[in-house]
Amino acid sequence: MKKSRILMIVGSLMLLSLFIYPLWNIQLEAPQYPIPLGMYIHINKITDEQPHDVKNINLMNHYVGMQEIPEHMLEFDLFPPIIIGMAILGVLIGFKGGYKWFLGWFILMSALGAAGMYDFYLWEYEYGHNLDPKAIMKFINPDGTQMGFQPPVFGSKVILNFVAHSYPATGAYTLLTGMLMTLIAFFIGKKELKKT
Amino acid sequence: MLKQALYGLAMASFVLTSCGGPAAESGKKATSGALSGSAAEKVYVAPGEYDEFYAFISGGFSGQLAVYGLPSGRLFRVIPVFSQDPEKGYGYNEETKPLLNTSHGFVPWGDAHHPDISQTAGKVDGRWVFINENNTPRIARVSLKTFETEEIIEIPNSAGNHSSSFVTENSEYVVAGTRFSVPVPQRDMPINEAKGNFKGSLSFLSIDQEDGDMDLAFQIRMPGFDYDLSHPGRGKSHGWFFFTTYNTEEAHTLLEVNASQNDKDFIAAVNWKYAEQLIAEGKFEEETTNYAENEWDHHTHMATTTMKKKVKVLDASKIPGLVYFLPTPKSPHGCDVSPDGEYIIGSGKLAAELTAHSFTKMLKAIEDKAFDGEQYGIPVLQYEAVNAGAVKNPGLGPLHTEFDGKGNAYTTFFISSEVVKWKLGTWEVVDRQPCYYSVGHLMIPGGNSREPFGKYLVAMNKITKDRYLSTGPEVCQSAQLYDITGEKMELLLDFPTIGEPHYAAGCPKDLIHDKTTKLFKLEENNHPYVTKSEREAKVVREGNDVHIYMTMIRSHFAPDNIEGVRVGDRVFFHITNLEQDYDVPHGFSMIGANTAELLIMPGRTETSMWYPKQVGVWPFYCTDFCSALHQEMQGYVRVSPKGASTPLTWTLDDDPLQ
Ligand SMILES: [Cu+2]
Repeated sequence: MKKSRILMIVGSLMLLSLFIYPLWNIQLEAPQYPIPLGMYIHINKITDEQPHDVKNINLMNHYVGMQEIPEHMLEFDLFPPIIIGMAILGVLIGFKGGYKWFLGWFILMSALGAAGMYDFYLWEYEYGHNLDPKAIMKFINPDGTQMGFQPPVFGSKVILNFVAHSYPATGAYTLLTGMLMTLIAFFIGKKELKKT
Repeated sequence: MLKQALYGLAMASFVLTSCGGPAAESGKKATSGALSGSAAEKVYVAPGEYDEFYAFISGGFSGQLAVYGLPSGRLFRVIPVFSQDPEKGYGYNEETKPLLNTSHGFVPWGDAHHPDISQTAGKVDGRWVFINENNTPRIARVSLKTFETEEIIEIPNSAGNHSSSFVTENSEYVVAGTRFSVPVPQRDMPINEAKGNFKGSLSFLSIDQEDGDMDLAFQIRMPGFDYDLSHPGRGKSHGWFFFTTYNTEEAHTLLEVNASQNDKDFIAAVNWKYAEQLIAEGKFEEETTNYAENEWDHHTHMATTTMKKKVKVLDASKIPGLVYFLPTPKSPHGCDVSPDGEYIIGSGKLAAELTAHSFTKMLKAIEDKAFDGEQYGIPVLQYEAVNAGAVKNPGLGPLHTEFDGKGNAYTTFFISSEVVKWKLGTWEVVDRQPCYYSVGHLMIPGGNSREPFGKYLVAMNKITKDRYLSTGPEVCQSAQLYDITGEKMELLLDFPTIGEPHYAAGCPKDLIHDKTTKLFKLEENNHPYVTKSEREAKVVREGNDVHIYMTMIRSHFAPDNIEGVRVGDRVFFHITNLEQDYDVPHGFSMIGANTAELLIMPGRTETSMWYPKQVGVWPFYCTDFCSALHQEMQGYVRVSPKGASTPLTWTLDDDPLQ
């Protein structure tokens, strides 16, 4: 089989690693937490970094009126079939499609990824701003507006006594590698066609 | 007789002055000046850093076990063992009360003496600490994962459980011996007929290697002497246990004189491997007795008491080859075995020399039947046939010896108040350093094992007088830390101790520090009254008993308003700490409750009993500063008159739970 097709098939199959590895990691560091509290965001769940971290993040957050981290979200239902669908589509294209289809798949996947990140931002915004009016502690910004506690989408940020770190986790890297492979498949496929 | 006692005292002061006396020689401020700088550096553990060793120091008449770091001498924790501890609810809450049950009923206090760390292949392994109670004979096992007392077993047919609680080199057994011989079984008889009628018992408790569960495997019935201290054989002498005896005179009154008459008392060498074989072959007497075995259950988070009624007994007087007596001068106290198992050091409290017996010579003497008569059918070996040597004029009042694993031994001297370093085999004194004052035992981490960590020595002193800021007539007892890495010992630090530091055990931090329990998993909590979520909280009335199933989490109780309790009720607060985070205990206290607080670790359930006596609305609150809203962690119980029809309700935020 041609090198490009192998790359395309393997690259799209790497999407399935998201069922094993988390996409994103958020850590909360504070003087009282020399070992930071942390959670992993998967395509279908949110898990503890250390045992009971999610429970303890909820406990911390209830002081400022934040909602609990949901055990279930719409995204957990949507993402898995989309990932499986894209993986199957990628494999089919790898076997049957021309190299231009490889690029098409890559663009579609990139668009879905961008949509996913935007969705993540929206969720974080909601999570950090939808505060209980009976919150134990209310903090006001210098301009008089209600202070929010939204963690960064990417990077580190000071939130009261915590420093929040938000960075891609293993799954994000395997996903990107897979996508990169399909892009390379496109270029190699193009070259292979010229040679023949 | 009184004359003799006075003579002894005069002798003591004579030798003290004639040998210069360590105090006179070095003076009290021995550590000041050029040395003090380096001593400070040696004991300084910077903020956030860890000590190199754990030291478990007995709390003596406090009944507890204190945990210190070495070299800093910082106190980390007092583990309640034999005494109630209101600070932790120990012996007050329903879960731990059974640990203090005995055949005499609930005993709220004990006299803790000799901690010993479990061993594997002759090395300390950091699994458990065992410690004995002298007054109402008991042995406790403390977990070094939770730093909590997990088991306390009473020793029947014994009194003054002093020659205890030392473990064999694979933790096969932990032993207990009788200090005050008594009638066995107990009976009404004239005290002055003690001689020949009172008995001693040496008890061997087997240890389950998985969970540490202790069982009284067998007792060896001995003559009515006082069995003072003991240590296991190790290496070549593994399979033997050595006990010092005093009062071989079998006096029953004015022992200070009457038990100090014999020129030599004995070290009893017990062949426990043989005893084990006899038990396996069924060659024992089964006697009826009564003793309590109290055990903690990790699943239910509570202790239970079982009264045991039988004990297997081997009579040393009737079984040849089980016990031999090694003559040892003048009421020996410590009985310490060198790391290679060859030398058995007897510290004759009133002797002018320190006696070392040879295990090899002992075996030979037994083979050659080199006996010097017998006592109650037990052969006495000839002194010359077993003796390896003696440290001549080492000091006054030797008590206890430990080893550094480099061929040196270190002995404490109570009367001359010093630690003396000497060489095994040549018996020459190498160094002596004063103690402030009247040192009892000493401890080198791993010093009672095949592999001591010969870096520090802790001397435990009975008297401190002017060493610390004055605190009225009662002043602290104290430990002193010496650096023993050089030829000369160097005093580094004084630090106060709780109660009386009889003895200690130590080990490197790595055996314990990273393996401790951080919290208890809520899903594994099988307490019969556990409440695993706020939705499950409830109040149940059963006649006059009211069971409150309550939870606690930062920063509220659920329920926190309870109505329908009546005067005359017996109220049980069964409180579960729902936290699953390290170092977030919550406390609980009820106004006017005739008991101590609860201090509940994450994932655990504890029960406090309360008898409401007055009508009213009575608050309870969290006693452990748990969070920024700790002061808000409070609630109310409405108490109605006897017979009132106030409905039973339990709410949080005015909403009914369940
Ligand atoms: Cu609290």
